[in-house]
Amino acid sequence: MNNLKEDTIAAIATPFGTSGTGKVRISGPQAIDISSKVFEASSCIDLKNADSHTAHHGYIVDNKSGETLDEVLAIVMISPRSFTGENVVEFDCHGGMVPLESVLEVVLKQGARMAEPGEFSRRAFMNNKLDMAQAEAIIDIINSKTEKSLTIAVEQLKGGLSQKVNEIKEKVVTLLAHLEASIDFPEDEIKGFSFNQLKERIDSIEKPIKRLIKTAKQGKLYQEGIKTVIVGKPNVGKSSLLNYLLQENRAIVTDIPGTTRDVIEEYINLNGIPLKIIDTAGVRESENLVEQIGVKKTRDSLKKADLVLMMLDVSQGLTEEDIKVYELIKKQPTIVVVNKTDLEKQINLDRTEKKFKEHPLLYISVKEEEGLEELKNTILEEILHDNINVENDIMVTKVRHREALNNAHDSIKKVKKSFNNGVPVDFLTIDLKDVLFYLGTITGETVTDDIIDQIFSDFCLGK
Amino acid sequence: MAKDYNYNKVFKKKYDIIVIGAGHAGCEASLAPARMGFDVLTMTVNLDHVAFMPCNPSLGGPGKGHIVREIDALGGEMAINMDETMIQIRMLNTTKGPAVHGLRGQADKKKYHQRMKQILEEKKNVDLKQEIAEELVVKDGKIKGVITKTGILFKAKKVVITTGTFLQGKVIIGEATFNAGPNQQYPANELSKSLVNIGLNLRRFKTGTPPRINRRSIDFSKMHEQKGEQGLTFSFDSPPFEREQVSCYLTYTNSKTHKIIQENKMRTPLFSGIIDGVGPRYCPSIEDKVVRFPDKERHQIFLEPEGELTGEYYVSGLSTSLPEDIQYEILNTIPGLKKAEIMRAGYAIEYDCLDPNDLELSLQTKKISGLYSAGQINGTSGYEEAAGQGLIAGINAALSLQNKDPLILDRSQAYIGVLIDELVTKGTDEPYRMMTSRAEYRLILRQDNADLRLKGIGYKLGLISEDRYQKFLEKKKDIERTLKFLRNYQVTPTPENKKRLKKLGSGALKKPVVLAKLLKRPELEYEDLKYFASELPDVDQEIKEQVSIQTKYQGYIDRQTSQIEQFKKMEDRIIPQSINYSNLENLRLEAREKLKKIKPRSLGQASRISGVSPADISVLMIYIEQQEREKDDEF
Repeated sequence: MNNLKEDTIAAIATPFGTSGTGKVRISGPQAIDISSKVFEASSCIDLKNADSHTAHHGYIVDNKSGETLDEVLAIVMISPRSFTGENVVEFDCHGGMVPLESVLEVVLKQGARMAEPGEFSRRAFMNNKLDMAQAEAIIDIINSKTEKSLTIAVEQLKGGLSQKVNEIKEKVVTLLAHLEASIDFPEDEIKGFSFNQLKERIDSIEKPIKRLIKTAKQGKLYQEGIKTVIVGKPNVGKSSLLNYLLQENRAIVTDIPGTTRDVIEEYINLNGIPLKIIDTAGVRESENLVEQIGVKKTRDSLKKADLVLMMLDVSQGLTEEDIKVYELIKKQPTIVVVNKTDLEKQINLDRTEKKFKEHPLLYISVKEEEGLEELKNTILEEILHDNINVENDIMVTKVRHREALNNAHDSIKKVKKSFNNGVPVDFLTIDLKDVLFYLGTITGETVTDDIIDQIFSDFCLGK
Repeated sequence: MAKDYNYNKVFKKKYDIIVIGAGHAGCEASLAPARMGFDVLTMTVNLDHVAFMPCNPSLGGPGKGHIVREIDALGGEMAINMDETMIQIRMLNTTKGPAVHGLRGQADKKKYHQRMKQILEEKKNVDLKQEIAEELVVKDGKIKGVITKTGILFKAKKVVITTGTFLQGKVIIGEATFNAGPNQQYPANELSKSLVNIGLNLRRFKTGTPPRINRRSIDFSKMHEQKGEQGLTFSFDSPPFEREQVSCYLTYTNSKTHKIIQENKMRTPLFSGIIDGVGPRYCPSIEDKVVRFPDKERHQIFLEPEGELTGEYYVSGLSTSLPEDIQYEILNTIPGLKKAEIMRAGYAIEYDCLDPNDLELSLQTKKISGLYSAGQINGTSGYEEAAGQGLIAGINAALSLQNKDPLILDRSQAYIGVLIDELVTKGTDEPYRMMTSRAEYRLILRQDNADLRLKGIGYKLGLISEDRYQKFLEKKKDIERTLKFLRNYQVTPTPENKKRLKKLGSGALKKPVVLAKLLKRPELEYEDLKYFASELPDVDQEIKEQVSIQTKYQGYIDRQTSQIEQFKKMEDRIIPQSINYSNLENLRLEAREKLKKIKPRSLGQASRISGVSPADISVLMIYIEQQEREKDDEF
């Protein structure tokens, strides 16, 4: 019974769709603590020390990745002087679902729970913030929102997510049934697990959860566009590559010719996946590229990149400059693109391939349009990994599902930890049941009786 | 509508409470109110079957053993009676974690019965009588008394029915069927009718038992012996068990056994269709096991002695309703049982029971005020489950006479709470047996801490004597003192200490730590700490065990404790008795119907009813708040 606890809840509190700004609302005893963990005020104030009914400018930062997610206005309202009567923090964010969802997501990661339909209103009513006349209205909200969210949930579950989650749940139930059977029927002959067997079972639950989380991340990429940075020394062919890709695939043009920018962003559409190409080309070509990369802004855009295209030129050979650039980006997912195969080779191919052996390396000629199809495929492969088939893959994009998967993952990690610490089997069941619970919030709850049914269908038990 | 009742005579004494049945539920239901000062009449079909064990001669196991410990902590009799009369005891599951340790004991059936009967006989405000209850007297929705087969009306303010499997009992052995209670006793043929007349719903369940065979016909040399352990007891207050113990023996069925069963399965009532009742999955007959799991090469058979003064052995694992001739054939295929001589044949029994949805959490029926029911009649199976309910029904009948709120143990307090909550809230489709996997707060509901959980309640009710309570308070103080010591005493990484740790196979010590931190290491036990702290309190084994569990698993325990705090918030939101679900039009129809039927006590209980969604609970919550504000406005 998740929605009845007096814990801290959060949700996007403005209607879906694009608008100028949007609001993420957090309510409950931990609201201020949680907010203070994700919010960096430009005035350096900690939200924990903020007065009630004050607004603070600052940034939402994912303290795990260090990434700044959005520039927001935080409004603090201390209990009982708030809509719900609880401690409330509201983040006024930039509009659009993507920033709103990422802000909500970090809030959930810090321990808030996604609010149930109408839950803010219900809390407000229970805390005497709404009068009797409004009670009926709230009931209507709860009923209609529940219905709506059910429809939405059903729609989201199309495409096989529920099947994937059910497959994982089945594994958990089977394992739990086995462990529980051995606990409740110690005198029956139930074959126990060896250390390795149990480890394998636990891994076989963790892996698909991790995979789903990964597709969740990809789902997010699809919405935001994959940040791709092209780097390389001057005249290596960055602009021509970009132009080629744009010609073929241009989706949105944000660049206005003739204006000066440090970084040019272009969107292209590669087999349905939006690529946001950040081009450092055309900027201060005469200056030392390593210095350029040293410029904070460029370095930041490299750090945030989902993919780096590192360009070399066969006609120029591998220079010190190339190596230095590479040192800066080699930890990112990178594709090494060796251009100008139409010209005479000055580059030592063996040495080059050895140097970049950790990354895919391709030979192309933009001018002759050679190797470009292969490049596109390699880009897709790099983004999607494991040759995931885009069409058939399950995309987990909703914050609620991501929250559930992250929680399930945390729980299975706890199972693993308990297992590695060598605690008795009963302790493993505690977190395994949590895994089931969280997965159940996606596809429907698993009840104790389901485990008991499994026990009796898998084992011959009893006196 | 007033009904006319036929009886010859009104008994001269009017009782506070009548308990119908003197099985495991009935005995607890009688003793608890008597100890609380009320006059109790206990009636049973046969006085030689008081606290009789018609199936296994044993108590306990995981879950069930927990219940026995809880009964003891609340001041019931089962645990002490067992300690006084048992012939073997063991602790099961010792490697699987403290929460699932389970005591299991072999009873001496005759002695168990005799001692319990004696306790009832000697209890001054219990009248124990051999009577067959035939009709309940109800007036204006209130229970008034019981009319017996011999035409006497016994009047009482409260009645507890604990009829076990007697209601319209039907015994089946192969093609033979006859009306009988367990162990071929006289069945209660008339009482069912009376229950239906007063508006209760009856259902038909089934259970079974294996044959009993004569010791001199068993070749134990072909079997594996299973001995007891010294020093264990069910009660927290019994002296350590040191008597000589009797062994059990393990043997197995084989392909020959299974072949005979397969060939004759059409002669079993299960397949021929004589039985309509629903049987329990955890207590399948051997024919069931063989048919459902044909790939299993062998099934375990335990031989359990029925007592010291009898040669009868209970053949555990061979519960059956096959014809007697086939029972012989099967037995004789099993190693050690080639010449087995059956003394009592195995049988299946069908009986009427109530739908526990008709009960409140206090175990009072929703329809008839003052009428309670407990044990197998409520759809459970097992002596322990029965006794646990009997105790609660007895206590609540007494509390009601004292005009006090009923004792309702919740799911975070006791297995007994889990048991009653599930029966009343969810109902059951088969005879219900307790399993530890049913308890979501299993780690807190341990058998070692049943006294810490419940003894205070037992004492307040007047069921735990002052002596026992003082002893318990001492124990509690010892635990706290020892924990405090462990949490404060610093161990420094001296060369000697480091050497010692290495010797104990434990990791190095880099900086000073408290003893508790060392005890958290899986490889270190309480005794090992003595070397590092000579002042370590030298306390009883049970204290050492308690502080070790609380220290080693503190992280897990704290997590469940905080979950329980959340759970309690919803359990504490009581739904007013006056609520009229029919008026709650905003609730979905299914939810409305279910709530009307179950009448949950709290929002917490309501949330556990299948078919009631979180949104329904939200609506209900707002409605209740609305009602309360309206009420406040009136004043």
